Amino acid sequence: MQPLFLNRYAIASSAGIGLDATAQAVREMRSGLAPCAFETVRLDTHVGQIADFVLLPVRAELSEFDCRNNRIAQLCLRQDGFDQAVTAAREKYGPARVGVFIGTSTSGILETEIAYRHRDADNALPGDFRYATTHNTFSVAWFVQSYFGLSGPSMALSTACSSSAKAFGSAARMIAAGLCDAAIVGGVDSLCLTTLYGFGSLGLLSPVGCRPFDAERDGISIGEGAGMVLLEKAPVQGAANSIALLGVGESSDAYHMSTPHPEGLGARMAMQQALASATLQPDAVDYINLHGTGTRSNDATEDKAVCAVFGTDTPCSSTKGWTGHTLGACGAIEAIICALAIDRSFMPGSVNTRTLDPAMELDYLIQNRNRPVRIAMSNAFGFGGTNCSLVLGQARL
Amino acid sequence: MKLFVESAAIRAPGLTGWSGSRAILAGEKPYEPAPLAPLNADLLPAVERRRTGSTVKMALSVGQEALASAARPVDRTATVFVSSGNDGDVINDICITLAGAERQVSPTRFHNSVHNAPAGYWGIATHSHHPSTSLCAFDWSFAIGLLEAATQLHVDRSEVLLIAYDMPYPMPLAGIRPVHQPFGTALLLTRDRTQQSMARLELTMDTRAQEISRMGDAALEQLRIGNPCASALPLLAALARAQPGSVTLQRNANQTLSIEVGTI
Repeated sequence: MQPLFLNRYAIASSAGIGLDATAQAVREMRSGLAPCAFETVRLDTHVGQIADFVLLPVRAELSEFDCRNNRIAQLCLRQDGFDQAVTAAREKYGPARVGVFIGTSTSGILETEIAYRHRDADNALPGDFRYATTHNTFSVAWFVQSYFGLSGPSMALSTACSSSAKAFGSAARMIAAGLCDAAIVGGVDSLCLTTLYGFGSLGLLSPVGCRPFDAERDGISIGEGAGMVLLEKAPVQGAANSIALLGVGESSDAYHMSTPHPEGLGARMAMQQALASATLQPDAVDYINLHGTGTRSNDATEDKAVCAVFGTDTPCSSTKGWTGHTLGACGAIEAIICALAIDRSFMPGSVNTRTLDPAMELDYLIQNRNRPVRIAMSNAFGFGGTNCSLVLGQARL
Repeated sequence: MKLFVESAAIRAPGLTGWSGSRAILAGEKPYEPAPLAPLNADLLPAVERRRTGSTVKMALSVGQEALASAARPVDRTATVFVSSGNDGDVINDICITLAGAERQVSPTRFHNSVHNAPAGYWGIATHSHHPSTSLCAFDWSFAIGLLEAATQLHVDRSEVLLIAYDMPYPMPLAGIRPVHQPFGTALLLTRDRTQQSMARLELTMDTRAQEISRMGDAALEQLRIGNPCASALPLLAALARAQPGSVTLQRNANQTLSIEVGTI
């Protein structure tokens, strides 16, 4: 594919609000996970929760969109000069030429969960409950579009935990087909009872905070957060170098709704197709940000898939020990962590992981490594057997 | 953007399959709403089928019909799934459970709650490893799904199966999100003209919003406005008439997508 430039990006998660805070948390091996005290949830697990006091109500004229998920989106839009960059892109290209592609798994479902507690005697939901602009899957993309007054193609991608990785694919195709000149590509998900109790019912929640690839790993920690990228065909004028999306690979497991293919077949195909789309050989990749959720089976499967494509010598890690598993947001958040790794010349390790599972064959980093990263891959796999891999790299100009 | 339609499928009350519905959609036969005919999801193994509700069965049923009428194998086509929201029955069950004291969410309901559950079951049913995406753009999901499919054809694929569906929500969700009738459609779309092509489409994102297309028949118009994905009906009617024409769909709150339909 034609490289597309990440001309601005922003991040917000429990590990840090903004790029600098996130990079600092990584360097200091400081996890954003803490024992769950979210809402009325009583589960023995850790979560990556963004402090309530930083989640300000959405802008007054968009108040119909106000909900936790859109507050997290807004928090991210206000970091790292992102809103100014989008405003400039809107002026440059026109509002109809900027697309919005946001991945989310549960959007603002928390509003509906709470509304159900307040059903009246006739089983009706409260009169002030707003479904379309909060719970509906599209709400967050609609909010971002309205926030900037854009009118280009706009969609929410909702393929569980690969949602916001696949948002890059849809955005890249829309740009290649000439339907827009720039795109906001992002992922946003927020804590809610559906995912906490749902993953709890599957027995997949770690009681202590996820430890990806650890011999003692015992499940995921759910996190919330957002990542936003302004993607354009040309780099920022005058930049000495720029980070670009070089390749996207997508595949389906066709195996099971909630368990990955045991040999990692779909994951392997996604990685191979991402490399093919970037016209790169496996040995060009310096670092892989794994999906690495911290469950027994997911990590073991990804180990097989990565080794089948790359052999055992490519440094890789999962950064979910910092952020938790941010579900539909993890594709964008981890692509941005790859961009940070490229920009600031380091490979993240794996906070919380103590003893690498001896059954794993890949070159898993526990400690951070200060080494230049020119090309990075980011993996995101999800329920329904959906897989997406991205290749990001430094483009010298 | 140009693309071709190789086959179409439809399921709604009184509209059971393309061959049985074509004359109705073309205005040659009267539309008589009738209860939705049983949905055919026999591609899915029985054990998985028992875990699915009507939303998944609707999606599989129209997808299967579109590939069968194009005589294409089920495992060689990338798919785009669109619906205006998650499976309402599943969300309702989960929210009732979470509002109660025990909060014991069923694992099956939980994995069926994801927006891409129909796509996941489609993969299991067809053994297709081809990419699949699941999109939502609220009431405008069908138009956005058509744009996504068109860009896939433009950039890197020769064929894409677009599957669009919305099912009525139960109470109390129905009180705030009324979807009056079940509706599903699927279109097998190709980049190039094939021997089986039934129409050529040309999509344009209008720079100024145009008047959207409606159905001439009052009952079909009720169906169109009563289900978000039934916004596809004017396009399906144009395909059924097999005459050149143009159709305009809403693609977000303020903008439209125009589709020139050309004959083969």
